[in-house]
Amino acid sequence: MANVIETFKLTKSFNGLTAVDKLDISVETGEIFALLGPNGAGKTTTISMLCTILKPTSGTAKINGFDIVKEPMQVRKSIGIVFQDPSIDDRLTARENLYMHANLYGVPASEQKNRIDSILKLVELEDRADDLMRTYSGGMRRRLELARGLIHYPKVLFLDEPTVGLDPQTRDHVWKYIRELKKAHDITVVLTTHYMDEADKLSDRIAIMDYGKIIALGTSDKLKETLEGDVIIIKANNAEGVMSLLTEKMGLPGAHVVNGTVEVTVKNGKSMLPRIVEAATQNDIFIESISLREPNLEDVFLHYTGRTIRADSGREPHGIAAIQRRKIR
Amino acid sequence: MSELRGLYTLWLREVKRYLRDRVRIVSSFFQPLLWLVIFGVGIGASLRGAIPIPGLTYQQLIFPGIIGQTLLFTSMFMGISVIWDKEFGFMKEILVAPISRVSIFLGKMIGDSTDALIQGIIVIVLGLALGINIDPMTFLVSLPIMLLITFGLVSIGLTIASFMGSLESFGAIQSFINLPLFFLSGALFQIQSLPSWMQDISKANPLTYGVDALRNVILGAAWQPFQVQPLFVDIAIVGAFDVAMIIIGTWAFSRMK
Ligand SMILES: Nc1ncnc2c1ncn2[C@@H]1O[C@H](COP(=O)(O)OP(=O)(O)O)[C@@H](O)[C@H]1O
Ligand SMILES: [Mg+2]
Repeated sequence: MANVIETFKLTKSFNGLTAVDKLDISVETGEIFALLGPNGAGKTTTISMLCTILKPTSGTAKINGFDIVKEPMQVRKSIGIVFQDPSIDDRLTARENLYMHANLYGVPASEQKNRIDSILKLVELEDRADDLMRTYSGGMRRRLELARGLIHYPKVLFLDEPTVGLDPQTRDHVWKYIRELKKAHDITVVLTTHYMDEADKLSDRIAIMDYGKIIALGTSDKLKETLEGDVIIIKANNAEGVMSLLTEKMGLPGAHVVNGTVEVTVKNGKSMLPRIVEAATQNDIFIESISLREPNLEDVFLHYTGRTIRADSGREPHGIAAIQRRKIR
Repeated sequence: MSELRGLYTLWLREVKRYLRDRVRIVSSFFQPLLWLVIFGVGIGASLRGAIPIPGLTYQQLIFPGIIGQTLLFTSMFMGISVIWDKEFGFMKEILVAPISRVSIFLGKMIGDSTDALIQGIIVIVLGLALGINIDPMTFLVSLPIMLLITFGLVSIGLTIASFMGSLESFGAIQSFINLPLFFLSGALFQIQSLPSWMQDISKANPLTYGVDALRNVILGAAWQPFQVQPLFVDIAIVGAFDVAMIIIGTWAFSRMK
């Protein structure tokens, strides 16, 4: 079977708001597939439907050959999931959490100990395995959740924003574990993220999602190639002046301001540089610095949507648990 | 088979969490102690032997009632675990597992009932310490009866919690239900002496039969002339109530997202 996941016009509406809009994607067996998009794009909703937590409004999907609407139990046995928000029992130890998961998923009792010991070693938590989860740091919890998702040997592992709220060093760590777990267990991984670098570094293919739709899909390199060019970064005394110069006088579309500097994607960067400098000088604009770089995924998103993915944090939890959870992170 | 294993693991989780909560266990001595000592002795003294049941002190009369009250309060309170699980996200881990909602509900319900039973046993130990006479046989017979009482009550707590979004609203609903059920169960008096309208309400209260069953077992012959129903009828009524509540609870869990 080449595609372990296929969706067929998968749609979810919440009283009038279409969170996921006729999604048609397929995920190949063995790849790491990323859904990249800003908050509210519909990533979690998509995952929730694939995991049979939410019923689609219309359309369906197949995972490991099973229909998510008609055969939810079979689908559940085929998948593991690490939710966006924490989902471990922090009054139990790490080992107890893993045993509970193994029992919920019907892992044969005779195999449980071996599987749990080896996965704990893989995520380097064997020394802390018998401590209560409430004594764990945010990164350690995430690692345990990754491990837990694999105890029942799923075909597909879903990771919803696996590193949100973690510090950069811990994020590197978690990425390492994801790669190692994937290699050791030979599974397919579907992850969602609003971090460009996460999608870029971790995944084989990326689907860029916005307002419930996939707006671009391919390998990171392919997506960048579609921009056909280089990004020129201009720092000047007058950003608006540069903007109108580029768009109106020079006819270059897609220029925009990022933190006070102007960025524009052009076909042939090297020959365009001197022309921009010359035009600026003629229009009495003083350029402080100008440089050239390869396009990144942020530029790709911008190219398709005209907006940037703001790297703000996810939906904040509220209520009493929020206070507790803030302590955790 | 795997459903049973899932049910067992959810049961084990509830019991482990409870046994690790030292504060809760120690504090659970406190309320029944107040009721039995201060209320029991105090009201008993002011009635000065006016209890219409020969051979029983007021404290002895309310002792099974206080067991019933403890079972009621703790059982209903157990629903809070559902709200915690929802707020802390653990509920998602359970709901996405390949196990039926029936097993999820039963695992949690029997686990919480086990915890409530332990609270009931604590009250019995307290009674022994206060000099109330309970022989080993009586103790053993009271165990399944206490468990039977908790099943239905825990199911109510879990059902309500499955509809509630926050701890605050759960707490509000609780006090709305707990006190009427408690006062109308005859836990603090015998319902025959009540005005008939109040008797009618009491007889519609399932806890009345739970308390009556405990009195039949613990107070024995002294209680028999005053019993609401014979023991086996009490048990049948409580059992029927349990079945109804379990069905409703299972339904409530099956629609939980
Ligand atoms: N249970 C819900 N009820 C109503 N609206 C929802 C619900 N869940 C998600 N949404 C809305 O659907 C859209 C997509 O949300 P989500 O899938 O969480 O996005 P993402 O995970 O990409 O940040 C958002 O506009 C969000 O407000
Ligand atoms: Mg999300």
